[in-house]
Amino acid sequence: MNKLKNTSDNPFYDPGLRKRHAQAKRFKLFSIASIVFAIAFLVFFLGDMIVKGLPAFQQTYMLVEVTYNEKSINSTRKAIDKKYRRIVSRAWLRDIPAMVENQPELMGTTQMTWVLVNHQIDQYMKGHYYKIKDKILSTVKDKQAKGEIELHFNRNFFTHGDSKIPENSGIKSAIIGSVLTLIVTMLIAFPLGVMTAVYLEEFAEDNRWSQIIEININNLAAIPSILFGLLGLAVFINLFGMPRSSPMVGGLTLALMTLPIIIVSARAALRSVPDSIRQAGYGLGLTKIQVVQDHVLPLAFPGIMTGSIIGLSQAMGETAPLIIIGMIAFIPDSPGSIFQAATVMPAQIFTWAGMPERAYVERTAAGIMVLLSILISLNALAIYLRKKFEVNW
Amino acid sequence: MNKKTSLIEKSEKSIKENAKVKIRDLNLYYSDNHALHDINMDLYVNKITALIGPSGCGKSTFLRCLNRMNDLIRNVRIEGEVFIDEKNIYDKDVDEVAVRKRVGMVFQQPNPFPKSIYENVAYAPLKHGIVRKGHECDVLVEKSLVQAGLWNEVKDKLKEPGTSLSGGQQQRLCIARTIAVEPDVILMDEPTSALDPISTEKIEALMLELKEKYSIIIVTHNMQQAGRVADYTAFFHLGDLIEYDETETIFINPAKKKTEDYITGRYG
Repeated sequence: MNKLKNTSDNPFYDPGLRKRHAQAKRFKLFSIASIVFAIAFLVFFLGDMIVKGLPAFQQTYMLVEVTYNEKSINSTRKAIDKKYRRIVSRAWLRDIPAMVENQPELMGTTQMTWVLVNHQIDQYMKGHYYKIKDKILSTVKDKQAKGEIELHFNRNFFTHGDSKIPENSGIKSAIIGSVLTLIVTMLIAFPLGVMTAVYLEEFAEDNRWSQIIEININNLAAIPSILFGLLGLAVFINLFGMPRSSPMVGGLTLALMTLPIIIVSARAALRSVPDSIRQAGYGLGLTKIQVVQDHVLPLAFPGIMTGSIIGLSQAMGETAPLIIIGMIAFIPDSPGSIFQAATVMPAQIFTWAGMPERAYVERTAAGIMVLLSILISLNALAIYLRKKFEVNW
Repeated sequence: MNKKTSLIEKSEKSIKENAKVKIRDLNLYYSDNHALHDINMDLYVNKITALIGPSGCGKSTFLRCLNRMNDLIRNVRIEGEVFIDEKNIYDKDVDEVAVRKRVGMVFQQPNPFPKSIYENVAYAPLKHGIVRKGHECDVLVEKSLVQAGLWNEVKDKLKEPGTSLSGGQQQRLCIARTIAVEPDVILMDEPTSALDPISTEKIEALMLELKEKYSIIIVTHNMQQAGRVADYTAFFHLGDLIEYDETETIFINPAKKKTEDYITGRYG
């Protein structure tokens, strides 16, 4: 850049120019710094989650001789050679009678099978902190040298519910609980929210009543979510006597919480539909309902969908109100209906985070990864829907 | 029934001009703001009537009184009577939606529905039960687009969105959409002010054709346009109807000083 000089032949000289440039530069620098800062946090968080959580997707199995006979069914420990009894997972042994029942041909045979091992040995295999007696450790090392103990993909994590035996615990029942809860939430919050928005935006007179409603909706969006849990407890469980811990109650409670988000976003979407479309409809002698139903709502649809999905993903990550209505319970079996006790993903993560065993640390992180990937997919779906149904003018 | 009477009136046209719309002592208030003062006017069958005047003089407001579009605005109070085919459309037993079927409207900004060209035209007639889906509807869509002078340009792309057309084409699509409902009266609120001169010319030619079948009332800021197309011209000023006469008289020999000032550009 040329040096700016206060010369008499430059009529455009501004003495404050240097200061102005410095100011602009400073402003830009601050903005960039804050972005870098935010990204650094995000990367750190995600990186930490992934590093901690990835091991949970693998689990240690051991190739060992298993004897299926009367004795081993009555006392399952006896199915395995004494040397390995302390290595094999209790949960796996517990399942032996069921296994034989499913496959009767196993009865009376001895098989070399990959068997789930104890979480301490699993931690040892993953190079984490472990607590194993020397004698057992040397057995494990023997096996390791023979290649008969190794890490496999952890299917149990996706096919099992919670368990007090760390190596046996999975996120399946929490995923199913979350899905059931969110189905209830959407079925209630979406139609209620959209109809409310349509009424307020298209039909309501602008009087004191609608203003009060509007203020209350905005306030509702700002209420701490745990209060919704108390409301759910008081109304749905105590008053209506619905089963506690059930996706029905959880869904209703989350619906209350999601409602204002859907209403506010649906109203914004309806408001963004140009008035000329309504005028065109009325000018052709269409009734208000025809105009709203066939012309305004389709145009507002992408916006409504986006808002609803964002509301949904918020409900999905919500824990506090569900703790109050008992959805934090220990649920080993997946709920079969919306009236059975269930837990949800964030509550499961919360439960695992409080467990003393090391194996739960990686499960907590893995749970967060599953939850986050579902949330990211939901948001991607929202973007896709918006792009797909967007009308170009 | 009304349709029949209007047909009879049309056949009597050669004898003398019939008042299709009669406005009697029309007053309009936006809350406390008295926007139209005692308007009395007769609008004739198969004529184009132009409403001119400076911005904010109430001509658009007046236009919207003729199909009760002002009912949609809050805090509007209307007094007086508007007779269409001898029936006061502000009577208690009149359904304003039915009024708008008989009195179509074209707006300043072309505002096609964000649907296909075909659907734009077909939507309202189908909803009103004028035609049934299928061949009957196709015929009506074609007829309306032909009348609006758009058929040749769009006949191969009826499935494309109406918004993909150019501004002038969009406006003619809006006219086709209005004609398809088979109104008696067409209101046009500055239909060419957002268009280029060539599109404007096409719309003006179209208006001259359409007046054979419809009574057209047009609000315009373009005095030349009023001169070119209108049979009658009304000059509005600050909510008053200052002068209303045949276009020639208004432009060449206005009775009022204010009209003359406005016409000659000395006003304001």
